Amino acid sequence: MTYKRKDGRKLDELRPISAKVGVIPNADGSAIFQSGKTIAIAAVYGPRKMHPQHQQDPTKGKLRCTYNMMSFSVTDRIRPGINRRSTEISKITEWALDPVLMLENYPNKVVDVFINIIQADAGTRCAGINAAAMALAHAGIPMKNIVTSVSAGKMDKTLVLDLDKYEDSEFKEGEGSTDIPITMTPDGKITHFQLDGKISAKQLNEIIDMAQKACKEIYEIQKKALKDSIEEKQ
Amino acid sequence: MNEQNLTPKITADRIKTYLKQGKRFDGRGLDDFRNIEIETGVSKNAEGSVKIKLGKTEVLVGVKMSLGTPYPDSPDEGNLMVTAELLPLSSSRYENGPPKFPAIELGRVTDRIIRESKFVDFKSLCIKEGEKVWTVFVDIYSLNDDGNLFDAAAIGAVIALKNAKIPKYDEENDKVLYEESTGKGLELSKDVPISVTFHKIGDFLVVDPLREEEDISETRVTIGMSGENISSMQKGESESIDVEDMKKLINSAEEVIAKVRKKIEKHLK
Repeated sequence: MTYKRKDGRKLDELRPISAKVGVIPNADGSAIFQSGKTIAIAAVYGPRKMHPQHQQDPTKGKLRCTYNMMSFSVTDRIRPGINRRSTEISKITEWALDPVLMLENYPNKVVDVFINIIQADAGTRCAGINAAAMALAHAGIPMKNIVTSVSAGKMDKTLVLDLDKYEDSEFKEGEGSTDIPITMTPDGKITHFQLDGKISAKQLNEIIDMAQKACKEIYEIQKKALKDSIEEKQ
Repeated sequence: MNEQNLTPKITADRIKTYLKQGKRFDGRGLDDFRNIEIETGVSKNAEGSVKIKLGKTEVLVGVKMSLGTPYPDSPDEGNLMVTAELLPLSSSRYENGPPKFPAIELGRVTDRIIRESKFVDFKSLCIKEGEKVWTVFVDIYSLNDDGNLFDAAAIGAVIALKNAKIPKYDEENDKVLYEESTGKGLELSKDVPISVTFHKIGDFLVVDPLREEEDISETRVTIGMSGENISSMQKGESESIDVEDMKKLINSAEEVIAKVRKKIEKHLK
């Protein structure tokens, strides 16, 4: 018995994506990334002087990410401000983005990335990373490459891509749902990988291949949004 | 606050020179608001949500409702909680961390503009007297601060409240079924409160300041009006204001607010 998706998507089909850069005039770079009903907005400020001073690194610039869910982005209101979950996701996002950044020439500086989730329907960290990567490129921060994130998963025994909220947290049949957010560069370097659930090594190999294909798809959308912003200016 | 971001003196001088000629930095008249754009339903998990643009200033307001207990002095009335966050995403001036005074003031002033105007019928939010009521959360987030968050937040808050739909309450299990909206809106007064914040720059009073104008403003007064009446006021910043100036802005508030109302007319119905 194969798993049938509630919204009629194919197993490896992503939700409709829209992406745009330059959405926050005050920021040095910004982007909004929507995947299905999940909406993330990101802004980049910097490179600017690192505060507090004791966190300055005289050998290179630093990346600092902040992930925050708006209180009304979920059905049960969450208290505004940081919590343990958002603290972890902020760090994970930093690790996902850091490998492609070239901040060697910005000693004592910080590049701040602020990610806010406007509307949540699972996959918020992936949407946040995708928005952040685009915002960094939009800000003109030197980068070797861009990164792209997708939430892969397994529903009972079936591999799927881009889980929605039902699949992520309400699906309980059989082996339940396994959630595997993955971030990688277009040339296949994984910069972020998490897993919650239960999956065999064989299936995990398969899902990584599926995720890589999906990332290519999302990468094209990110690239197009960045190109569009330049054409608009001319 | 970061030194490098403050408005330089040369800009301050230019703003003041322009004001002497009866002009604003961006070509507006002294009591003109910037263009207002409103988009509702921007966050679907919220009971009501709105994105408001006031020129380049952008604010997101969401309304959430949950079950609460009434305060002992108003056992048959629901609660209202207004909070504001100045997101570091919205300006290089804001930092992470617990809310600082400007965010607290913004939330509290907006709270009073709504509450004191009797806009929300709190009695209609009572589920069981003395035990269970609806708590209405109005959460304000800045997305791009280019001045006058006060008035943007207040307009955003009232329109978000107007758009809010009450979720279903499952009495048996004492739970809110957020997925099942009743489709019913909140009981709101026809008189929608709107605020105007005046800023004193030199000898002039201006409304809807840009970031640069806010920076050099000596003092500000926010007036919340509902119908013909003023229902809340707040003077901010440490500089004093003459009685004449105060009277002047009180007397012109109605006219300015009428113009704002006209701009957002279709959202107030």
